[in-house]
Amino acid sequence: MSAATHRALRFLTAGSVDDGKSTLIGRLLYDSRAILADQLTAIESRSGGVHHAANEAQIDLSLLTDGLEAEREQGITIDVAWRYFATPRRKFIIADAPGHEQYTRNMVTAAAGSDAALVLVDITKLDTMARPVALLTQTRRHTLLARLLRVPSIVFVVNKIDAAADPGHDFAAVRDALLAFASDAGVAAAGIVPVSALRGDNVTSRLDVPWYRGPSLLELLESLPAGAGDDGDLASNGFVLPVQYVARDTTGGEADLRRILWGRIARGSVRAGDRVEVFPSGEQAKVAEVLVAGSVVARAEAGASAGIVLERPLDVSRGDWLAAPAQLAPSRRFAATLAWLDTEPAIVGRKYMLRHGNRWVQARIATIDSRLDVHSLQREEAERLGVNEIGHVVMETQQPLPLEPYEASRVAGSLIVVDPASNRTSGTLLVAAEAA
Amino acid sequence: MNAPLALERLLPELDHAHLDGLEEEAIFILRETAAAFERPALLFSGGKDSCVVLRLAEKAFKRRRAEARADDANPFTGHLPFPLLHVDTGHNFPEVIAFRDRRIAEMGERLVVGHLDDSIARGSVRLAHPLESRNAHQTVALLEAIEEHRFDALIGGARRDEEKARAKERIFSHRDAYGQWQPKEQRPELWTLFNTRIRPGEHMRVFPISNWTELDVWLYIARENIPLPGLYYAHTRPVVRRKGLLVPLTAVTPAARGEAIENVEVRFRTVGDMTCTCPVESDAANAAEVVAETLTVEVSERGATRMDDRTSGAAMERRKKEGYF
Repeated sequence: MSAATHRALRFLTAGSVDDGKSTLIGRLLYDSRAILADQLTAIESRSGGVHHAANEAQIDLSLLTDGLEAEREQGITIDVAWRYFATPRRKFIIADAPGHEQYTRNMVTAAAGSDAALVLVDITKLDTMARPVALLTQTRRHTLLARLLRVPSIVFVVNKIDAAADPGHDFAAVRDALLAFASDAGVAAAGIVPVSALRGDNVTSRLDVPWYRGPSLLELLESLPAGAGDDGDLASNGFVLPVQYVARDTTGGEADLRRILWGRIARGSVRAGDRVEVFPSGEQAKVAEVLVAGSVVARAEAGASAGIVLERPLDVSRGDWLAAPAQLAPSRRFAATLAWLDTEPAIVGRKYMLRHGNRWVQARIATIDSRLDVHSLQREEAERLGVNEIGHVVMETQQPLPLEPYEASRVAGSLIVVDPASNRTSGTLLVAAEAA
Repeated sequence: MNAPLALERLLPELDHAHLDGLEEEAIFILRETAAAFERPALLFSGGKDSCVVLRLAEKAFKRRRAEARADDANPFTGHLPFPLLHVDTGHNFPEVIAFRDRRIAEMGERLVVGHLDDSIARGSVRLAHPLESRNAHQTVALLEAIEEHRFDALIGGARRDEEKARAKERIFSHRDAYGQWQPKEQRPELWTLFNTRIRPGEHMRVFPISNWTELDVWLYIARENIPLPGLYYAHTRPVVRRKGLLVPLTAVTPAARGEAIENVEVRFRTVGDMTCTCPVESDAANAAEVVAETLTVEVSERGATRMDDRTSGAAMERRKKEGYF
């Protein structure tokens, strides 16, 4: 087993209201025995007289994940829920994202930092006789969001295969449509897996049919790489660390002027003796000592929260960056994709607060160039962006930031937008490869 | 059976890489809290989850002494950048309070205690009857402590696997000026770009071990030799059997007339207010043996031990909206 599959896999599930997403998660938890007796009793009593034609236990597995009172009243999932289960081969963290359109912002929450996205496709909602099969807007939107946020593995889960009139034919038709769409959207699907969450077919054990010879969903999940939280999986250049917290180092007594500069290494590695440069000051110093979790280490790598003690004290604050010399370049104007998550629309000229790395800066939207039509994937003209809309914008910041394209760095290429009037997290910016 | 040997036997469940990942995430969140807020505090009750968070805070802010042995209970030197806070319901197990005070003294940290009895004396809490469970009333004493000390971030040991309402909570969870959680107004939480901005009078609840399961907590306690109050391990205690639970006999939870008192070998899976926390039958004498038991457990942590959560599936959601942890 490689290091990338030894770590817990964080994945999100995205689907429309009745694609059977809650049932699929309930099935994964149930079949991996993550459900305990009292939790089963609680949902058995709530399942009441309305039973699906489920096998073994006559229980509605979707009730396992419908957490909040308000959701049960509406019969939909309104917020991201996190679930945990393990197989003998791996541990899993599920971010269960609701599919209801007005809550798409939660899918973005679930996708940021996930290693994989399961996009649910309800085969009974599609006209499998049409050529080509027309996919639902939600499927396209969820895939596009996962692609935008660069979730490393995107898996299409074709659900309710038990209810298909001709499963082999219907699955093939939907698979062709998904492949064509994925190709248009620039997505390399990590798998297209037929399942019946209700019956458990091909979820934890393989389907024994002539028209599908691939892995079960769980087998596929056990094999996907983890590590989306840092840039260790990207073509890595030199060491980069955004400074999170500056602490006094009192090992030399109260008079000790040295500081420990803590932060999570975005990429590369660091060891004592390395020369580092501070952004934005440009000052350089050598590393005297590297700490991890309170102990001195010889070397720290991407993904580790490391403490750096410099050989001579420099003026470094939270929000600054440490990097190998000549890694980072300043920008104050940049083009980006903006995913808007607030009911208050994004307005050109309005003041917003951005968080990049560990720094907050004031900024404004200079121009909104276009909005993305999630159905056609075409850009269209726009003057503002409403909730759940995605657009291309140009931003101007009050201070220079060491920005990089999001394609090259999740850490240096992503920002959140906060409306200072409400303090809500209103949107997220992904820095474009092209210059503003 | 000695602990390290037992732990090795529990492979492959003992997954060091997984624990390392959870530890790194928690330490990152703790440093973020210290850096982004002016007056944070760490909730410390002596319960196992808060003992784990405290150990993680030591790793985040202290240095390990060069001469510390692997099984040293106090391997760190230095101080935390924030005080610890405990809301004492007045109905806590005396051995847990003694443990709390001993650990605070050993580590040389500062403890702030909010007493529910003070809130009762002040009149801000009114009990329905003298032996009513004080668990739900903790919220008032907690919010009063926040106001008095002007805390702007409270670090807690809640985990998403504990309960359905917790499963939906963010790591940095915003509370309005009334200390209330608005589940429909939660801020999207993207990567680790946490939105730590609040207005005066509001505060943030911070949950560094959100992504840990009960099993992860016990594996970590075993791996790191984290000291816990003795009631987490097997001991003999007088109990009565009530509605499928073992109710411990204490000054505030006497036996009812006609109930049979038994001496049973038990341990606590959670330790809270005496009036609502029940032990389970167990002979697990150390953390590794608890891990082995947790791997085969059939009833959830709260279902087995908490009288207050049995009221309804939505009990926790309602309490959280009111400001409960």
